[in-house]
Amino acid sequence: LRRTLPLHAVAWVVGAFILIPVVYALLGGFKSTPQLSANPFGLPSPWEPGNYTDALGSGTFWRQLWNSAFIAVTGTVIVVLLSAMAAYVFARFAFRGRELLFTIFTMGLMFPFAVAILPIFVLLRTFGLLDNPLGVILTQAAFGLPLTIIILRGFFRSIPGEVEEAATIDGCGPFGFFWRILLPMARPALATVSVLAVVGSWNNFMLPLVVFSDEASWTLPLGIQQFQGQYASDTARILAYLVLAMVPALGFYVVAERHLIGGLTAGATKG
Amino acid sequence: MTTLTRGPEAAVLPAPERPARRRRRVWVTITLFVLPALVLFLLLVVAPIVIAIYASAFKWNGFGGLPTNFVGLDNFTRLFGSEVFRQDLWHLAVLLILSVTVQLPFSLAIAMLLNQRIRGRALYRLIFFAPYVLSEVITGVLFSLILSPDSGLANQMLGLVGLESTWLADPDTVMASLFVVMTWKYFGFHMMIYLAGRQNIPNELIEAAQIDGGGSWKVFRHVTLPLLGPTIRISVFLSVIYTIQLFDLVWILTEGGPSHASETMAVTMMEYGFGRNQVGYASAISVVMFALSLVFALFYQRFVMRRDLEGATTSMGDHR
Repeated sequence: LRRTLPLHAVAWVVGAFILIPVVYALLGGFKSTPQLSANPFGLPSPWEPGNYTDALGSGTFWRQLWNSAFIAVTGTVIVVLLSAMAAYVFARFAFRGRELLFTIFTMGLMFPFAVAILPIFVLLRTFGLLDNPLGVILTQAAFGLPLTIIILRGFFRSIPGEVEEAATIDGCGPFGFFWRILLPMARPALATVSVLAVVGSWNNFMLPLVVFSDEASWTLPLGIQQFQGQYASDTARILAYLVLAMVPALGFYVVAERHLIGGLTAGATKG
Repeated sequence: MTTLTRGPEAAVLPAPERPARRRRRVWVTITLFVLPALVLFLLLVVAPIVIAIYASAFKWNGFGGLPTNFVGLDNFTRLFGSEVFRQDLWHLAVLLILSVTVQLPFSLAIAMLLNQRIRGRALYRLIFFAPYVLSEVITGVLFSLILSPDSGLANQMLGLVGLESTWLADPDTVMASLFVVMTWKYFGFHMMIYLAGRQNIPNELIEAAQIDGGGSWKVFRHVTLPLLGPTIRISVFLSVIYTIQLFDLVWILTEGGPSHASETMAVTMMEYGFGRNQVGYASAISVVMFALSLVFALFYQRFVMRRDLEGATTSMGDHR
């Protein structure tokens, strides 16, 4: 233990750096703002759950939560399905122009999203997709394609050819093989790319910011930003709202940690 | 888990069928499977970037079909003459230098620490990475409250030792404060990449070096670090591409202020594009961001990542 004591000391300092802001928000939400500035460090006394219950009872929070969840889930289904189809072809068919086509998709990794935001706004306005969740869903899916295709293609390639031969002998066409055999076999990889897509969508700010002007369609990040503006001087109330917004993200993280980290490191070492 | 292994290149197709018909069926399959992704990608990724490049040569308010008022390179001349834009570039340089000299080495050190056999390292890892899953907006709002000059937590704590500051409100400290927030949010991500890279190095190599009498610093410097080269180069790459388009955190924390002291290219672009309807001029900024990313990516691949063997660069260069 004596050997590892300095290591633990460093880890504790770094852990404090990470945790103090979050714990401050959690406890701060249980104080009133005057109490927060008089007693920033200690436990709340008395505990005042009003900031949390107000936010939970307002409907706004739940609507934003639902909007975020709807966009994340729909967008993830679209990007994973389309990517899996394309990755299947890139992994298991040989045809002229395959590498060129694949390279076009992978080049997408080098396109910063911010570069495209103005034309995307103009295009979505032309298609009538402003203030429509589809505008965000489709755009996010389009920008998610490159990484998803790369990861899935790698996985599809690792499935032995004998599996496909056996399926063909049993009378499976390419559609049947893709749908009934390849996708079920690829469940771990699909979970990984889905988790990446959900987190990316959940945290997206720039795109919903320009697409949604109507408050009814706002996602959580837009709602948080607006909440801060509305209650500018009521710090404790904002902290409570932040904590509520953190809960789904952190809960998802704890559940999906392995897939998230596996996906990010796979994406990083290949992207 | 998803590492590339050489799979069969072609599908095995049912045998007794005439070749021409079979070939046609294969093409139908290929088209049906790739087309949806391709259409979406061309429409919402490729087309916008082409439009941005096109629009950067026009004076355009963003309305009424494609722009018509051609101004050549005027937008770029104006851009490079602008004090705000030169500051954007300077801020990019500052953040890149700080990332490469402080944030990434810090992440690497923590990764090496968590690679030791210490108790509770799974928990440490879980905590250190957690900020990465919190959105930029949550992070930004949280830290704008913590760094608030009058009643924020930072000043309440540092006030105890007489080190109050105005943080985000002061042009002299705003970039440093922003960088601290970025480190809070992102060092865990780089740490994770380094940990994964370290775990790909066979322990026998490290042990052999230790037996040969290397002290732990020497072993790290001459064995572990070189073997981590590809991983480090990728994390630098991701860091640079991210920093070029930095927007969310800055927008939430400072909106680029005070008086442009923390403004980035993306913030300037959004202000001109959406705030002032100068879409042509804003497009010129996005073209510069695009060009920087592209030139950097190509240069980096050609001269820096080239040394890395297969795997590291598969996605962006050769696929033969």
